Amino acid sequence: MNTSSSLVYLIALPLIGAVTLLLGGRRTDKWGHLLATALSGGSFVVGLYQLNEMLGRATEDRAVTQKLFNWISVGDFNVDASLLLDQLSICFVLLITGVGTLIHIYSISYMAHDENRRRFFAYLNLFIASMLLLVLGDSYLNLYVGWEGVGLASYLLIGFWNQKPAYATASKKAFVMNRVGDMGLSFAIMIAFATLGTTSFAGVEEQAHHASEAALTAIGIMLVIAAAGKSAQFPLQAWLGDAMAGPTPVSALIHAATMVTAGVYLIIRSNFIFEAAPSAQLVVVIVGAITLLFGALIGTAKDDIKKALAASTMSQIGYMILASGLGPVGYVYAIMHLLTHGFFKASMFLGAGSVMHGMNDEVNMRKYGNLRKFMPITFITFGLGYLAIIGVPPFAGFYSKDGIIETAFNAGGFKGYLLGGITLLGAAITAFYMTRLMVLTFTSKARWDDDAHPHESPALMLIPIAILSIGSVASGFLFKQGDALKNWLKPVFGEHGDHHEEHLFEPIVVSAMALTAVVIGVSIALKKYQFTEVAKVAPENVSIFTRMARKDLGQDAFNEAVFMRPGQAITELAEKVDVKVIDGAVHGVGRMAIGSGSALRKTQSGFARSYAALILVGTIVLLAGIWVVTQ
Amino acid sequence: MSSLVILALLPLIGAVLVGVLPSSNELLIKQAALGTTILTGLFGIYIATQFVASDTAFQFVQKNEWIPSFAINFSVGVDGLSLVLILMSVILTPIVVLAGWHESEGGRWSVKVFYILVLILETMMIGVFAATDVFLFYVIFEAMLIPVYFLIGGYGSGERAAAAVKFLIYSLFGGLLMLASIIGIYVVSSNAGYASFDITELADLHTVMSSTTQNLLFLGFFIAFAIKAPLWPLHTWLPDAAKAGSPGTSVLLLGVLDKVGTFGMIRFCITIFPDASKTFTPLIITLSVISILYGAFLAIRATDLKRLIAYTSISHFGFITMGIFAMTSQGHSGATLYMFNHGFSTAALFIVGGWMISRRGSSTIADFGGLQRITPVMAWMFFFAGMSSLALPGLSSFVSEFLVLVGTYTRYPVAAIIATFGIVLAALYILIPVQRALHGPTTPGNEHLKDLNLREKIAIAPVVAVIVAFGFYPSPLLNIINPAATHVLEKAGFTDPAPTENAGK
Repeated sequence: MNTSSSLVYLIALPLIGAVTLLLGGRRTDKWGHLLATALSGGSFVVGLYQLNEMLGRATEDRAVTQKLFNWISVGDFNVDASLLLDQLSICFVLLITGVGTLIHIYSISYMAHDENRRRFFAYLNLFIASMLLLVLGDSYLNLYVGWEGVGLASYLLIGFWNQKPAYATASKKAFVMNRVGDMGLSFAIMIAFATLGTTSFAGVEEQAHHASEAALTAIGIMLVIAAAGKSAQFPLQAWLGDAMAGPTPVSALIHAATMVTAGVYLIIRSNFIFEAAPSAQLVVVIVGAITLLFGALIGTAKDDIKKALAASTMSQIGYMILASGLGPVGYVYAIMHLLTHGFFKASMFLGAGSVMHGMNDEVNMRKYGNLRKFMPITFITFGLGYLAIIGVPPFAGFYSKDGIIETAFNAGGFKGYLLGGITLLGAAITAFYMTRLMVLTFTSKARWDDDAHPHESPALMLIPIAILSIGSVASGFLFKQGDALKNWLKPVFGEHGDHHEEHLFEPIVVSAMALTAVVIGVSIALKKYQFTEVAKVAPENVSIFTRMARKDLGQDAFNEAVFMRPGQAITELAEKVDVKVIDGAVHGVGRMAIGSGSALRKTQSGFARSYAALILVGTIVLLAGIWVVTQ
Repeated sequence: MSSLVILALLPLIGAVLVGVLPSSNELLIKQAALGTTILTGLFGIYIATQFVASDTAFQFVQKNEWIPSFAINFSVGVDGLSLVLILMSVILTPIVVLAGWHESEGGRWSVKVFYILVLILETMMIGVFAATDVFLFYVIFEAMLIPVYFLIGGYGSGERAAAAVKFLIYSLFGGLLMLASIIGIYVVSSNAGYASFDITELADLHTVMSSTTQNLLFLGFFIAFAIKAPLWPLHTWLPDAAKAGSPGTSVLLLGVLDKVGTFGMIRFCITIFPDASKTFTPLIITLSVISILYGAFLAIRATDLKRLIAYTSISHFGFITMGIFAMTSQGHSGATLYMFNHGFSTAALFIVGGWMISRRGSSTIADFGGLQRITPVMAWMFFFAGMSSLALPGLSSFVSEFLVLVGTYTRYPVAAIIATFGIVLAALYILIPVQRALHGPTTPGNEHLKDLNLREKIAIAPVVAVIVAFGFYPSPLLNIINPAATHVLEKAGFTDPAPTENAGK
């Protein structure tokens, strides 16, 4: 494989920015944001250079590696710090650095009045560096470093205003739930090493050919857990809504366009495992299908514009995860949707930021209305993103989502109909909640508080949104044109890449069904919100479904009941055991030793008997533990 | 004279020097102590550079007759295992002295006595890891209790006397069992025709021991080390001692002295009693897993900053013992690296935590709040220490923790899987106090806390540097550790499990 000595600069540039701004402290306040933006832009330029180099090579020679140094080496456990850039990772590199740089530019203006703007930019650069490591690492362990690195950056940014206790709690929740996912990644790596003797992508791919399906299924399912944590997929989705506590550019970059799509990357990168482990692949599909409906349903009832978009993100990533469980054709559409979604969702989040900027940071859409008159550019760019996400041709989302729906139907048999039906239903609900969002914000009657003075945002915020809008309009068409993205990615999937497609329906029929679904969704939303007076305060007399959706379908209540309270009970028990039983026994022994006379009397009063019973119970528990642990 | 002996004598000479200085000149005493410990640290690093990693025999050896009638020698030497622990000790000591510049003031005795105790303790820390004679090890092992007892009892806070006594009684109890085993070793080796306390010669003793003898003697050592480490359920002295001790004392206690326990498990238990080690492995792995979760549970509930750090250490020591007794090269090397990394990680927590406590006048976590906006540098350092404690990838503790887990998984998958839940619990026990102490609105009473001064920044900088540097590039340490770990496992008759599905090999 070819080597390149410049891959490391992709990561090094933003990392230098983060370290400079964090160590430099207040001294860098004046120019820190400019440096961070320039370094993120520099990383984008390196990415473009790499793309250009890649295009100059033959299809099969396009991947390049760079070995930095031997990281960990003990016995047969040998891990290099080594980078891999291939057709798959370059897509991510350009998305991360491209959208990332635009969001840096936007934030210069958006965060202008925050006294800690420098720290914000340091975190952003830290995020870019970690995310690039995530997609460039050539082994699961290298990926892991980036994987937790983005988790840290996400934690720091969600809690950027952590003086508010609720925000601090939101950031902690995100980190902890992500760690549950990370545990899955740890398991996957451990199993891979124990069974295949390696943790590098190339090594695992090679060994996967003659490994048992059981081992690969185990690894695969652990990877799905990891993906669910990072990508806010069922059952680890509950953190994403709260993550909206972070400043809006963060929601656009990390919690919409890039970090939350890392799970999709992980699954597609591990295609050689899932191709050989159909059960694990089925789990991927199920997780995606559940989440795409779960998120969409939550999205229908949210009045907070950011939380509505977050629910939408969860749902759209559900589409990607679903597709990434459908084989090589699915991989291509998953990546295509990931990229188009990166454009349109980032543009809409930044648009939401622009709206909040003009509305005193109000996020409740019931207090918006008629903003198109006051924020025409934001309205137009948001509108383009809207058309893209609901899948109106020829906007970006049409191509990618249609592809996923089609692939879902093509899964064959009952499964095909079921998945196809779910994706169509999702499309209808998406059209509903996005229309609701558009109408409530831009086209319904004004419902502002008296002190609101809506105004358009400055150019520094609008230009990045406008650039992203170009992507919302054109990217889907470009990716689909002549199967450009499909042919580009083909070599990554090796021999699996040449699947023959079985069509259940003609593509035009699928498009017609999808558009019908969209029209239904849009119509219902228009009727309910455009042509009916919208209440300024959320009505209470709503259906059970709306109430459930408002409470995120009970996800927090469930986690509280099943994990948090029992967990608290366990820690309480541990504390009691420590004080009363273990330390109590120690002190008891001490007392017995000191006063043997009185101790003798105590034996009569059951003191020794209770300890004997205790020791007996303890021994039994311990023996059981030994048996379990050494299985 | 071996340079190792010179290294061990340096702090002792410093102690004498401090002893003759006038008690009234406290600054000079502190400077002398700091100078001595820095010199010792630099010399220790120099010795490490002279160490030949590929050679598994003891190096910088010195052997003198001590009590010939019992075949007891004054013999010292280092291999990869003891070298990294000595290195850790001599780097941490000057940091502790500099970080806790005022800890010696206001104690029961003078400033002078404090530094004499610290310097004597440093000599013993080097000696205990360097001893290659079992009896010499035992003597230092027991003697070390004395300076620590006085440091806790004389310069601690709160119920320091009670905590010091509890620590002492626990340790003496363990020491007593170990003494019985040492006598046993002498008897067995005499009967075998060669009375010896030399660790290299004793490595072959197991061939002449019955399994009962081996098991009993093993337990004598192991219980002593499990108290020291500490392993559940022998841990309850630690939170009390850590709470009562001054932060610097706690760094040395948890960061260095507790490592004598895990060090001893490798050096004595596994080396001298390989068969007994095998017999007791299931029990020890189970206790380790319990320690990991149990320590984490208690840490999650902790309301006192110092007790919190002590509980996290119980969890971390669970990882170390699990790695040791997994008997794989990854587990073993990972555990040894873990000992080194935990020293710095815990030092960071205790040092920064100590600064927070001395400024606030309270160690109750709820008394802090909003520190990130009042004392940003101090808050950052505490956060960094926390990230190190929860083994964030990119920091040194991740490398060791992952090695332990992966090395355990290849032999005891269930234990490794349960232990991995510890990484989620770690996120909780770090982020809960981080939120309480650093985030949220400013708690009344904190408005005027001062951020770190230059001395404090200088003291914490090397700790941060070590944690970051070895996170990205652990090879210098692993190169020293790996041959020693492999050697121990080979001698004890363990080989790494082969990949189960790997048809290529």
